[in-house]
Amino acid sequence: MAHDADILIAGGGLNGLTLGLALAQGGMQVQVIDQLPAQTRADPEFDGRSYALALASKRMLGALGLWEGLAEHAQPILEVVASDGRAGEGPSPLFLHFDHAEIEEGPMGYMIEDRFLRNLLLEAAEATPDLTHRAGAQIIGQSIAPGAASVTLATGEVLAAPLLVGADGKASGTCARAGIGRDETDYEQDAIVCAVAHSAPHNGVAHQFFMPGGPLAILPLAGQRSGIVWSEERALAAEYMALDDAGFIEVLKPRFGSFLGEISLAGRRSSYPLVRSLARQIVAERVALVGDAAQAVHPIAGQGLNQGLRDVASLVQVVLEARRRGEDIGAADVLERHRAWRSFDRQSLAFATDGFNRLFSNDNPVLRAGRDLGMGLIGSVPGLRRRFIREAAGLAGDLPDLLRGRPI
Amino acid sequence: MTSTVNTIDPAEVDKFQAMAAEWWDPNGKFKPLHMLNPCRLDYITQQIAAEYDRDLKAPLPFQGLRILDIGCGGGLLSEPMARLGATVVGADAAERNIPVAQIHAEQSGLTIDYRCTTAEAMAEAGETFDVILNMEVVEHVADPLGYLTACQQMLKPGGLMICSTLNRNPKSYFVAIIGAEHIMRWLPKGTHEWDKFITPDELYELLGNAGLTPVDRKGFVFNPLAWTWRISDKDLSVNYVTSSLKPA
Repeated sequence: MAHDADILIAGGGLNGLTLGLALAQGGMQVQVIDQLPAQTRADPEFDGRSYALALASKRMLGALGLWEGLAEHAQPILEVVASDGRAGEGPSPLFLHFDHAEIEEGPMGYMIEDRFLRNLLLEAAEATPDLTHRAGAQIIGQSIAPGAASVTLATGEVLAAPLLVGADGKASGTCARAGIGRDETDYEQDAIVCAVAHSAPHNGVAHQFFMPGGPLAILPLAGQRSGIVWSEERALAAEYMALDDAGFIEVLKPRFGSFLGEISLAGRRSSYPLVRSLARQIVAERVALVGDAAQAVHPIAGQGLNQGLRDVASLVQVVLEARRRGEDIGAADVLERHRAWRSFDRQSLAFATDGFNRLFSNDNPVLRAGRDLGMGLIGSVPGLRRRFIREAAGLAGDLPDLLRGRPI
Repeated sequence: MTSTVNTIDPAEVDKFQAMAAEWWDPNGKFKPLHMLNPCRLDYITQQIAAEYDRDLKAPLPFQGLRILDIGCGGGLLSEPMARLGATVVGADAAERNIPVAQIHAEQSGLTIDYRCTTAEAMAEAGETFDVILNMEVVEHVADPLGYLTACQQMLKPGGLMICSTLNRNPKSYFVAIIGAEHIMRWLPKGTHEWDKFITPDELYELLGNAGLTPVDRKGFVFNPLAWTWRISDKDLSVNYVTSSLKPA
């Protein structure tokens, strides 16, 4: 069968575009089929969403030539403080404290607003001749034949390539059409996402407060602003979301404490149901899944995008190595290499964040005492703390070249 | 399938499609060959790239090179070479392999000239190539020197031949017997005969007598625990590969 591209990517979000850019830079012909219209993707307004890019992810963007355009908007994360708390009580005396000075690589990560990353990727895609970005294109069918995966668009157009990648989120149509089942767990919490401006400097410190209703993360953004990821029981979250901005700030304040001074809302706020959704397989015949399509995890550790970029880095390396020796990049034995590389990491992260959340979203006094003690213990053993930091920075394990900052 | 290969009897297409699927199933009966293939391809692509100064990171690094894959079987080496941009002739003495390879190349969107013929017949017809892939064939032929000489005649001056085979020693005797079932299905020229296996020094001598200059030899080593193959500088005890050049 004649091919229209080397790779078809369903989904034009951060993972889909990064994958497309990396493969196109590696000499492949890529088509990204993006359901969202171009103007929605390119919205320059701040929607309050931001990401904690692990150091390894930052290196990957650097290797792809993307970091230069982001650096001025990025806020280095110099310290992470995790503490147990209850509204109105402030943090408990025992807490975890990670300082970047304990690892030699520099800051553990960087905070970056969604709009800057998204627009940078769109511009880079636009400037890459081997990448075709089809915005506003809907996939209505998918089929596998010997030598090719094909998708049918709503316009009736059919595209075929040796490999189809699903980067289409936790409700992945690619996953469903490939007949891959998913395991889903509803945490019955919503994450309220927004940003605040504050009168005191954050000094590059990221805070994670473990509240009975769910964790509250306060993450330093460039300037005197911080990103908020506030997990709360669903009914309460809906109540808080229904408040006007002034009312919302009033309920946020006591959880926040006073260490950042006066706070006010910056940009929009939104809320998302917290659902863990794991694809039972990340590869099928001529199909691979990356990002939330492969595994949507609890954002408690801020690892969703980083996990997605690890999927991307692995797939890029497996595909380019296969192509450079002339192999069929969609063949089962090639995709198996990607599956094997990702399997351990993705299972362990999904279960670790799940367990973490269940342990901490709890007001049981015994558990509270236990976890305070545990946090105190981890915090007091330098070697263990160093391992936590390296894990959070994405520096642990057998890393693909891109995550080491090596060019493709 | 957008069209059928015009040399194949339409009544036979289904059968050949099934055979192609079998040849190319990485977990099917040619599994050992599929497992070895990345390792063989790494060696082949690196040798060709070095000899012809090609950048393997370029989209079609072997464009302009004419490559012969002799004993091509289902096309496990011909297709990668075509994908890298080479003009490929795949030759196999076993007639049934040819339509199987043709159908699979078409499914993969590749153009490859597959022929049922022998090295001697092609040399006689005056065919010439930049590179000849001569993988796991020499231990099956009746007259290795005559065969290698025919290959040498088909190489352009300065051309490269990559030749792999099995060593002859007690270890290869056991490995070949265990692996024989799989390997014998791979190549149709009858059964493996251990006494026809060739040591690296014997092969170097044969290549020299055929008018070629051997320049490199490496081992392909199987790790039965990891089920993977790797290239070794030192261990040529069972499977090994050589590169030789035709003097310019």
